[in-house]
Amino acid sequence: MTKYRKILLDPLFNENPIAYQILGICSALAVTSKLETSIVMSLAVIFVLTFSNLSVSLIRKHISSSTRILVEMTIIASLVIIADQIIKAYAYDISKQLSVYVGLIITNCIIMGRAEAFALKNPPGLSILDGLGNGFGYTFVLLFVGFFRELLGAGKLLGITIFTLNTEGGWYNPNGLFLLSPSAFILIGILIWVIRTWKPEQVEEE
Amino acid sequence: MSAEKKSKIIGVALAVCIVCSILVSTAAVTLNSIQEQNQKLDRIRNILAAGNLLDRGKDIQKIYNEYIEADLIELSTGKVVHPENYTNELNVSDFDIRTMANNPKYSTSIPANEDIAQIKRKPTHMPVYYVREEGELEEIILPVYGKGLWSTMYGFIALNRDLHTVDGFTFYSHGETPGLGGEVDNPQWKEIWKGKKAFDENWNVKIEVIKGRVDPERESAKYQIDGLSGSTLTTRGIDNLIKYWLGENGYGPFFEILRKELSDDQI
Repeated sequence: MTKYRKILLDPLFNENPIAYQILGICSALAVTSKLETSIVMSLAVIFVLTFSNLSVSLIRKHISSSTRILVEMTIIASLVIIADQIIKAYAYDISKQLSVYVGLIITNCIIMGRAEAFALKNPPGLSILDGLGNGFGYTFVLLFVGFFRELLGAGKLLGITIFTLNTEGGWYNPNGLFLLSPSAFILIGILIWVIRTWKPEQVEEE
Repeated sequence: MSAEKKSKIIGVALAVCIVCSILVSTAAVTLNSIQEQNQKLDRIRNILAAGNLLDRGKDIQKIYNEYIEADLIELSTGKVVHPENYTNELNVSDFDIRTMANNPKYSTSIPANEDIAQIKRKPTHMPVYYVREEGELEEIILPVYGKGLWSTMYGFIALNRDLHTVDGFTFYSHGETPGLGGEVDNPQWKEIWKGKKAFDENWNVKIEVIKGRVDPERESAKYQIDGLSGSTLTTRGIDNLIKYWLGENGYGPFFEILRKELSDDQI
């Protein structure tokens, strides 16, 4: 039982794909200016990651090592297109804001990384858990970044006003930097610092 | 490598491709109608937003059907295209500015000295939307677009039936910096447009988006709109695109015909 739990929960803090492995930073910068887009992006990544891990794991004994990257890319690209189509159909406004970034999940290193490092060597059940776990790890960072960017940059959460802005007669003077991508670097940096202070074993040796 | 192994590699690759393509095409085909519906509703919502009609009810399709009438006009002459002459490519219900501006058959390139909106090409035709209430023309809503700092900005401007007064202005697609140029979406800024005059008495385009705040004491204040602070280039882009589209290379010929029709009606 501990093995399953470890696979599912380790990617949250112990081996977080963004904070520990520093993968998938690109989308974490691009789509986190609002909490809502962060949530939808995270769901799309969880979907793609879980099913790509499952599919790769199911056919892992039949994939030859010479074509495995091609086969994995085909599976991942197909899943991304499906996710993109679903978002366009059922969350049109958000799909306009996410624009190309859903498509760019294809190039998200986390997904290829998990297929290569885990799903090729493990049975389907464990691979699903690994996909979910890493998806949750990614989600955790995106929600953290999206929460602070929307709150400090626009005074809102999920579009609902939390701090009334001074332009609308309130007290809060929004910090425009948080609406720009570089602020995500700062927030992810702070998050990595906090996690590594809490778990010093993650610090690389000099 | 043995022949058996080679054929297995190809077989697996082929099987993966077939399964994937079936899944992708199923998703694309089954969801296509919902997506098209979304795009249509989104365009309608923005037309209604420019014309301040969104508060007329919950079902935007119903508001649209009740108040709005669409026509396709030829930009160079300003004449309305009769629905009988619509084709598969050229019709008002599927009109997409981006597609049309890239279609060599239905677009023209703009000479560099006239291209103040920096759009390089424009469609030969444009859709226009009339807002009618109980048969009476209330507003006309016109699509406009032009280059901002990062992106081409697409929007609608609504003019009152006097053809002088701006009733509303909104962008439905742009990629300007959030918090700076992106403030074009700010409802308070859009509110400033309402009631401004687009033309002077002699129908010269007078409306402008200036840098900084408008001094309400000044005579020209009725033509001027506050610029967005921290986004000089987005502001300049909006100023240029509005001047281009309301001017003689944009809807100028159409306005001329429409003014004549409206004044004939009144006699």
